[in-house]
Amino acid sequence: MLKRTPFYDFHVAMGAKLVDFAGWEMPIVYRGIIEEHEQTRRSGSIFDVSHMGRFQFSGKDATAFLNHVLTRNVAEQKIGQSRYSLVCNASGGVMDDVIVSRDVKHWFMVCNAGNRDKLVKYFGDVRRQSGLDLDMADQTESTAMVAIQGPKVIDRVANILPVDVRALKRYQFEAGSLMLTKFSVFRSGYTGEDGVEIVIPAKVAGMAMKMLAGQMEKPDATIKPAGLGARDTLRLEAGMALYGHELTEQIDPLSAGLAWAVDLNKEFAGVGPLRKVAQEGPRRKLVGVELEGRRIARQGTPVIKDGRPVGEVTSGTFSPTAQRSIAMAFIDAEHAAEGTELSVDLKGTIDAARVVKLPFYKRAS
Amino acid sequence: MSVPSNYRYLETHEWHDLQGDTVTIGITQQAADELTDITFVGLPKVGAKVEAGQRFGEIESVKASSDLYSGVSGSVVAVNADLANNPGLVNKDPYKGAWMMKVKVTNPAELNKLLTAEQYLKKTGH
Repeated sequence: MLKRTPFYDFHVAMGAKLVDFAGWEMPIVYRGIIEEHEQTRRSGSIFDVSHMGRFQFSGKDATAFLNHVLTRNVAEQKIGQSRYSLVCNASGGVMDDVIVSRDVKHWFMVCNAGNRDKLVKYFGDVRRQSGLDLDMADQTESTAMVAIQGPKVIDRVANILPVDVRALKRYQFEAGSLMLTKFSVFRSGYTGEDGVEIVIPAKVAGMAMKMLAGQMEKPDATIKPAGLGARDTLRLEAGMALYGHELTEQIDPLSAGLAWAVDLNKEFAGVGPLRKVAQEGPRRKLVGVELEGRRIARQGTPVIKDGRPVGEVTSGTFSPTAQRSIAMAFIDAEHAAEGTELSVDLKGTIDAARVVKLPFYKRAS
Repeated sequence: MSVPSNYRYLETHEWHDLQGDTVTIGITQQAADELTDITFVGLPKVGAKVEAGQRFGEIESVKASSDLYSGVSGSVVAVNADLANNPGLVNKDPYKGAWMMKVKVTNPAELNKLLTAEQYLKKTGH
C-alpha cells in the first residue's frame, strides 16, 4: 500500500498523473513536464515534497552526534542557518545527501524519501554504539512540506507568510506562527531558482496550500503546481545531484564535485578513505555533457573516447531551457576537462558529445 | 479516450491507416500522453525495408524512451520531416500532423492480423 501525502486530494483535483516514488503515491506531472518546467523558470511553481524524510534531533549530544554522521562541521553552524551535507558510510561512499538546519534548541534534517528507513536504522545504531545522549524524532508523517520556486514567488508569498521572507538569505530559515500554526520557512530549493521550502503540520496542509498558491487554475496564475518530472529536469539543468544517480554508496562526494560540502579537518564516519581520495585526486569526476543531436543519454549510457569506454552517464534529459540534450556523467579524470570531445553509445547509435561546465542553467541574479 | 475507428493497431500503440497499397503509421494519443512531452522521433530513411512486428524507429520524451514497431512489411516511401524539428507535434496531433511514415505494403492482408480500434482499447485498458 503506497503512502499518501496530506496533499493527495489536491493532486487528484488538479488532474495529476500519480506514480509510485519511493513508496509514496506522488504526482509526476499535472499538465506537461515542459510546461511545468517553463512555468517555474518564468514565474513560479509549487511542489509537494512531503515524501522527503524529516527528522528532529535534540538533547545534550545532538551536535556531537551530527558532527560524527555528517561531512560538514556543524559545530560552527549558526542558529537560523541551513546547510547541505553528506552522510557517508565507513568507506566514504554516500549514504544520503541532506539539508541540516540549526534551530535554538534542536536540529532539523531533510533527507531523501528513498533513504529514510536506512538513515533511521543507521542513526539509531550510531546512537546506541556511541552512547551519545540525544533524541531523534521522525516527523515525516506528522508534517507536510512544499517547495515554492521561481523568480516571482518571493513577492507572491512575502505578504502571506508569518516571517520576513525578503530578509532571509539563501540557506537561512525562520519559523513563525499563523493562526496558531507553526510555519518553518527555508530560503532554499532544488530547481536553480530562488524560492522557499515550507514545513507545516500535516493537518493544516490543505488550508496552507490554498493560502500559499491561491487561484492555481487560472491560465495566468503566478504559481501553479509542478510534479516530480519537472523537478528532475529543473535540478538537472541546475547541475544538482540526485541520489541514486550522481550519488550512491559506491560514489564518494569528492569525485561527485562536492568537496565544498566535506570538511576533511574534522573526524566523521568515512573521513579516512575520503582523505585518501583527496590526496590522490579522484579517479573519476562528475561532469556536464552536451550532446550533438536531440537523443537523450539516460543513466547507464556508456561514454566513449577514441573507441574506448571512459565513463558512464548518471542522468540525462532534453533541456527545455537550452533546447538541447544534456547529461551528467562520471568520466575518467584525464578526459574530464571542459571542451573534451567524446561520444555516447545510445544502444548502438553513436552520438557526438562534449564536456561542458556545470551548471547548465544559472538564474539571472 | 477513443481512437480512430477505421485504423488498425498494435498493442505497442502504433496506428495503421491503409489507403490503396500504402499504410500510414503513427502512435496513438494514449501512447503520447503516457510518454509525456516528446523530444525526439527517430525514423528510418525513405527506401528502407520494414517488417511486421519489427522495430522501425524510436521515440523519446523527457521521461522515457520507447521503440516504435511496424505492424506491416514493405518499403518506406515517405517519412514525416516535420517531426525532426517539432517532435512535440506527436503530443498535439498524433493522428494527422504527426504521422510518422508511409509504407508501401507487400501484403495488404497483414492489416487483418492487427487489432481493431475496439480490441486495442480493450487490450490497453483505456
